[in-house]
Amino acid sequence: MAQSLDQLKESASQTAGPYVHIGLTPNFCGIGGVYQSDLGSTMVNSETKGERIELRIRVLDGTGTPLKDALIEIWQADAGGLYNSPAELRGAADPNFQGWGRQPTDMETGVCLFQTIKPGRVPFRDGRLMAPHITLWIVARGINVGLHTRLYFSDEEKANAEDPILARIEHRLRVPTLIAERQGDTYLFDVHLQGEKETVFFDS
Amino acid sequence: MAEPGSNRAPETGAFFQRDRQWHPAAFTPNYKSSVLRSPQKALLSFDNTLSELTGPVFGHAMLGELDNDLIHNFARAGESAIGERIIVHGRVLDERGKGVPGVLLEFWQANAGGRYRHKKDGYLAPLDPNFGGCGRAITGEDGDYAFRTVRPGPYPWPNGPNDWRPAHIHFSVFGHGFAQRLITQMYFEGDPLIWRCPIVGGISNKAAVEALIAALDMQATIPMDALAYRFDIVLRGRRSTLFENRPEGN
Ligand SMILES: [Fe+3]
Repeated sequence: MAQSLDQLKESASQTAGPYVHIGLTPNFCGIGGVYQSDLGSTMVNSETKGERIELRIRVLDGTGTPLKDALIEIWQADAGGLYNSPAELRGAADPNFQGWGRQPTDMETGVCLFQTIKPGRVPFRDGRLMAPHITLWIVARGINVGLHTRLYFSDEEKANAEDPILARIEHRLRVPTLIAERQGDTYLFDVHLQGEKETVFFDS
Repeated sequence: MAEPGSNRAPETGAFFQRDRQWHPAAFTPNYKSSVLRSPQKALLSFDNTLSELTGPVFGHAMLGELDNDLIHNFARAGESAIGERIIVHGRVLDERGKGVPGVLLEFWQANAGGRYRHKKDGYLAPLDPNFGGCGRAITGEDGDYAFRTVRPGPYPWPNGPNDWRPAHIHFSVFGHGFAQRLITQMYFEGDPLIWRCPIVGGISNKAAVEALIAALDMQATIPMDALAYRFDIVLRGRRSTLFENRPEGN
């Protein structure tokens, strides 16, 4: 990839640290009155189109212990597979769905909950459809560069089987690390930072 | 559709690859928390898809009047936070040197004594009843931003037996694509603790550290009121779409 000669370098990442809540979810950590509500805490309203689902996510360290000081952001298409973004040139997304959410992990249990909708399918670079998925971005104390991965859905077996990103995973035993297990209207997803079940993280 | 707050047409090219040698490694054992929280397997590399090229938009309308004034946004009426009053300002640029408009910046920091308003922070230094420690701003058409705060104090932290964080402000940055998402920290020119910090030390390239150090900017001070520091942030740039591969018939 050719890059121009006068290129600047991206600012280096630094950990979000243990007090990330102060900046990104101040109401959650008891700093009231500065912002009306924590940004990204509500993703759907009564007008939002699509199937309501809950994501129940945990982030586990190398000993299998859930992180209690992590923060997760998600980014997803609407029910029709359109992103609510100026870079989305295929059409206008559902105006009642921004597609972005942010939640801290619970300080006691490490569980992180998102109330959202199931996204539609979005085309890959060559026009083939990707399976429905949600982009995850995880930061915490001890994480030097925010971790990027995806959550796919266990009840989308056929779409998952033809997904061009999942197809790139050379070690097929690792594919299930990206697939959330459906239980009723909830999808359970454990992110493993290390170890045998280490989640596939992305560089994209 | 134009970019937020801009007449420019949106850009849709893939982002330049992230230079992982420039960023800190995941596993930096001098920073002990990274030991059990660092992925050990290779990352899966692929050119951005729409899921990474797109990103949420935040409009200026969401901002409250005091969002960029940490001296007053948590203070009781008529009062203000204690500490050395400073202005932090600069531009958000992309790797091609172009200002990035419509970027949501969120910042957080300890108070002037080095204490965070957080139940997990048990440092001896007192809380300031008039300081919350969070603020936000959205960049203008040229990528410019500014906020007012007090200079945070350095603080000791449980890592080595005598490790101190240099004075710093945490920054969270949203570009136009989710692949540009970044969290970093701003340090202050001349702080001797910068080069002793195990978190800073995770960055192996000296120039990469220097780019995180804000310079004292006497041009932007407010006489008899506030000093100023200049901090520019660089986000991943986009490749031109002129010769992008297109699906058939497009
Ligand atoms: Fe800090």
